[in-house]
Amino acid sequence: MSYVAIKGGGRAIQGAEALLEYLRTEQGRGGLPLDLETIQSQLRFLHGRVMSEGGLYHPELAALAIKQFMGDSLEAAFALRAYRSTKPRLCESPVLDTGAMRLVRRISSAFKDIPGGQMLGASPDFSLRLLRLELLDESPERFQEIAASWLDDLPDDKMPDSLPKVLDHLRQEGLLPKYKVNLDSEPFDITREPLIFPVPRSAALATMARAETGSLLGIAYSNMRGYGDVHPTVAEMRVGYLPILLPHPVTGEAIEVGEVLITECEVVAMYEESGDHDIPRFTLGYGACFGHNEVKALAMAILDRSLQKGMRDGPANPSEDPEFVLLHIDGIDSMGFCTHYKMPHYVTFQSDMDRLRTTQKKETLKRVKEKQQ
Amino acid sequence: MTETNGYQFGFLDEYAKKEVRRSVLKAIALPGYQVPYSSREMPMGRGFGTGGLQLTLALIGAGEVLKVIDQGSDDSVNAVNLRTFVEMTCPDISTTTKTQEATLIQSRHRIPEKALTERQVLVLQVPYPDALTVVEASEDRRKAMHGEADYSRLLVKLYEDIVTFDEITISHRYPTRINGHYIIDPSPIPRFDVPKMHQSPALILLGAGREKKIYAVPPYTEAIPLAFEDVPFRVEDFSDAQGRRRPCQRCGCRLSYLDEFINSTTGDKVYQCSDVDWCNDQLEMAREQAA
Repeated sequence: MSYVAIKGGGRAIQGAEALLEYLRTEQGRGGLPLDLETIQSQLRFLHGRVMSEGGLYHPELAALAIKQFMGDSLEAAFALRAYRSTKPRLCESPVLDTGAMRLVRRISSAFKDIPGGQMLGASPDFSLRLLRLELLDESPERFQEIAASWLDDLPDDKMPDSLPKVLDHLRQEGLLPKYKVNLDSEPFDITREPLIFPVPRSAALATMARAETGSLLGIAYSNMRGYGDVHPTVAEMRVGYLPILLPHPVTGEAIEVGEVLITECEVVAMYEESGDHDIPRFTLGYGACFGHNEVKALAMAILDRSLQKGMRDGPANPSEDPEFVLLHIDGIDSMGFCTHYKMPHYVTFQSDMDRLRTTQKKETLKRVKEKQQ
Repeated sequence: MTETNGYQFGFLDEYAKKEVRRSVLKAIALPGYQVPYSSREMPMGRGFGTGGLQLTLALIGAGEVLKVIDQGSDDSVNAVNLRTFVEMTCPDISTTTKTQEATLIQSRHRIPEKALTERQVLVLQVPYPDALTVVEASEDRRKAMHGEADYSRLLVKLYEDIVTFDEITISHRYPTRINGHYIIDPSPIPRFDVPKMHQSPALILLGAGREKKIYAVPPYTEAIPLAFEDVPFRVEDFSDAQGRRRPCQRCGCRLSYLDEFINSTTGDKVYQCSDVDWCNDQLEMAREQAA
């Protein structure tokens, strides 16, 4: 007699992997493998999301992960995160100035006229979500023509690459608290230190920056609907390429090594009493992430604000509780643990049955006795 | 550094392994204390043994003999997956299914039936590292409770169980006090396996990857399951309607933890050793005695 339930695991895994690989290639002779540049370009929002949630800015490997896991954003981010575990941390960048971003989009919902002007950029915010049925059968010629003619029609009046931050303007007006820059405090590195509560704000920001978009949105939405009271105004949402500076290995001087596409969002919330004898001022929430992902940056900014409130006054809502928010928004953690319930739990279930049967037996005996009395 | 499949020995970078080893030393020095560590993402799901795996990868070296089991089985899907991964990233180690041959055993949900020895290390995979989670959701508050050895709410939970059901209803992950102070979650091993932790000659390390904690039951350390003087701790009951201990249908052993399932052809309930290696050993011994 052999083991019925649990033998043959090795072969089963191989079979499952082979079947997945078949699904990836099931188009057969009529199909072509997705090329990585197409993924980076035509699936750009997914691509940015995977880099952001994977916590690694590696456009090529992120595209590979999307291809390999057939567009599953959780799995693709997971693979990128695991790859990251094999790499040591070699150096730290200085504080980077997002005012120097090469912008592709920048808006403010606080002021009509911000210094430098609104720059709508590429955004579906105001378009009708109608399916464009003509794309059902899009010819390569037509596809290639669109970009070419768009570039031809570009007006000559060149906009500047970078624009001043809206918050600087508000700060000058005395509406916001002054910078409290503490250059001695090292940023908390969530990849090298576990979160032990209470955690500094930098740990909260880092955790949210690589959080799963949907989880972050869900908790931020609870705050927006009334389980909280941030009531944010978007002072500035900017999308663009942030120059990355790193210390030169020999001279130590900060030099630009490249740029990353990020989304940054700063929200202003209503003022409250300040603890430090200053006059009342607006409060701030900050969000930023890799890629073009405005929902994530905005949700993060709201949660940054609500967490600051919770850290100061004690949490009154889930979105103000640092443990609740920060320990439940990681896509890799939550998806992994959710998935694990599909693994065998024979031993523990056997133990559960033992408890239930023992309790049932006792209860039955008790009832029989009660009847006899 | 040996390159394997494009990855270095043990997959993790050296800093990560060093951190795990230092956390292990601290965990041994403070029996039962949950040492926080940064916990890297592994290429398998959080919840599939990434905490145990990081311990294994940080401790394993050339010449080591590894056994990986899941639910007592070497051939269950997850055990195979983990073993293959270690084999792939750690050349010069060997693997075994025999408990006595292994120097390092990684396990999920079971402690092997065969008594472990001083030259062995047992690594247990842990989903919930904190026994206080059932009574306190906040980690911050739990930390203070552990520091003060304040386990009153856990005792109240057991007491309430007795009042409601006349039984302690905790089936597995049974709260166990280590060295007279910290109470640990011994991982989802059945109650049957908890006494094996007490004064174990082998070092027992527990790793929770997702929750980022490492803790230890050092060799020859007290491990006492939580109970009351008049309500003793009890392991799973495998006796039949007549009160006789059920044997394993395959090897006849009456001492082991049993899996229960339905024979698909006859529809009968069948009981078998959950520890496959143990079961095979018993069969072997019976055969030798018969010969």
